Amino acid sequence: MATMNAEQSAPGAQRAYFTHLAEGRFLIQRCGACDRHVFYPRVLCVHCGSPRLDWVAPAGTGTVYSTSIVRRKAEDGGDYNVALVDLDEGVRMMSRIEGVALDRIAIGMRVRARIAAGDEGPVVVFDPARGDER
Amino acid sequence: MSPADLRGAVAIVGVGQAGCGEARGRTEMEILAEASRLAVADAGLTMDQIDGLATASSSSAMWGLSVVEYLGLRPRFVDSTMIGGSSFVAHMMPAMLALASGQCDAVLVCYGSTQRTATINRAAIKRARRQLEPHPYEDPYEPLPPLTSYALAAARHMHQYGTTREQLAHVAVAARQWARLNPEAFMRDPLTVADVLASRMVSDPLTVRDSCLVTDGAGAYVMVRADRARDLPREPAYVLGNATAIWHKQISAMPDLTVTAAAESGRRAYEMAGVGPADIDVLELYDAFTINTLLFLEDLGFCPKGEAGRFVEGGAIAPGGSLPVNTNGGGLSCVHPGMYGVFITIEAVRQLRGACGERQVDGAHLALVHGNGGTLSSQSTAILGTRETL
Repeated sequence: MATMNAEQSAPGAQRAYFTHLAEGRFLIQRCGACDRHVFYPRVLCVHCGSPRLDWVAPAGTGTVYSTSIVRRKAEDGGDYNVALVDLDEGVRMMSRIEGVALDRIAIGMRVRARIAAGDEGPVVVFDPARGDER
Repeated sequence: MSPADLRGAVAIVGVGQAGCGEARGRTEMEILAEASRLAVADAGLTMDQIDGLATASSSSAMWGLSVVEYLGLRPRFVDSTMIGGSSFVAHMMPAMLALASGQCDAVLVCYGSTQRTATINRAAIKRARRQLEPHPYEDPYEPLPPLTSYALAAARHMHQYGTTREQLAHVAVAARQWARLNPEAFMRDPLTVADVLASRMVSDPLTVRDSCLVTDGAGAYVMVRADRARDLPREPAYVLGNATAIWHKQISAMPDLTVTAAAESGRRAYEMAGVGPADIDVLELYDAFTINTLLFLEDLGFCPKGEAGRFVEGGAIAPGGSLPVNTNGGGLSCVHPGMYGVFITIEAVRQLRGACGERQVDGAHLALVHGNGGTLSSQSTAILGTRETL
């Protein structure tokens, strides 16, 4: 009878990522073959194709690459931010900037990651990094 | 063999449209079939001579089968590749290969949608799509599909190159000026830059007037080998080049939001056709949003990277300008039933036939068609020419 090795029995990368978030840990992947970071989580490196991806804690700091205010009726919850953030590790993710007025969110702003509760589970959001509140 | 060996080997010999604007109680399959019937008749062929099919749907998983059944076809070649709105431009190359190899003799490319008048609730479609095709790293942040993704690209272009909302508005105004010359266009009222700037903001910096229409519509075109095209009633539009490039799906995975894969698809299409941007007489670019036109003018070599905003603000792409762009009025003002790629192809063919009436571009011999899909994700460029360009 076949036995599963540790790798086969481990949860997939997507489930692992959200499990980490639920445990209060924001982890991304780094490739053991080419040493580059990968986001979103995959089962092979998007740069070199290697399956040797390790979970690592990013510094949590990044820079706003682009940003938009989505206009929504007040009765539906009002306007909200959608941003793309470049982590200092060199990967980009979609997120939301909080803790600052919507019209003060700008490209180039330094931000810091935080795990927040979302409607369907934990999500990573960003606040202005210390010294970049305006 | 190289793609250049197929230069001019195939021509578009028939085009048809139906149900554009509002389809008034007809289904998407009914208007697709009507457009297909018109395209086949325009080609001087009959439906039983169609032995190749290319089609795509944004809601049906086995759309090609449904179209075969509805039209009563027995195709020897079927391509139902779905890469978003560019699909119907990208369908050219596989069809050319099938025609050139003798796998089939006449390919029908067709699309139809009744997204404007269909009774199915668009919010329900959005919910279903999130279930069937989740994007767990974007969905929680609620970007408007697909508008916010294009807004993020526009914001980045503005930041990096000083592009302004006024310059984006000039794209919408130029499209409207063309639409006013096209009796088939859906929106033909006058539109000014001030109107665009004052229109409802949806996802900064894009307003409702920076965004394509939501219309019904169906379009179809027919391709045959060049030797047969010469014997058919319409002046053929020869396919001189076609190339498709895809670098990402989600906007968060796009390497540089100011450079699209059109830079690659354009380069390969030019190479196949043996022409460059300076040779092109008329452009039909997929303008889902005003930023698209700017990005594609740059990526396809009509102005340097970052300069398209300044290029369009003088009226260069409007009627009477130096570069005729989106002569039917575009997705912004003519027609946009969910996916628009088939309609830019049809407009290019009509321009090359000299059949565009008031909006006809004088001496149009070489047309560039550029399709976009997803969130600036799939890019397909085609270069079509009259027999003088062979």
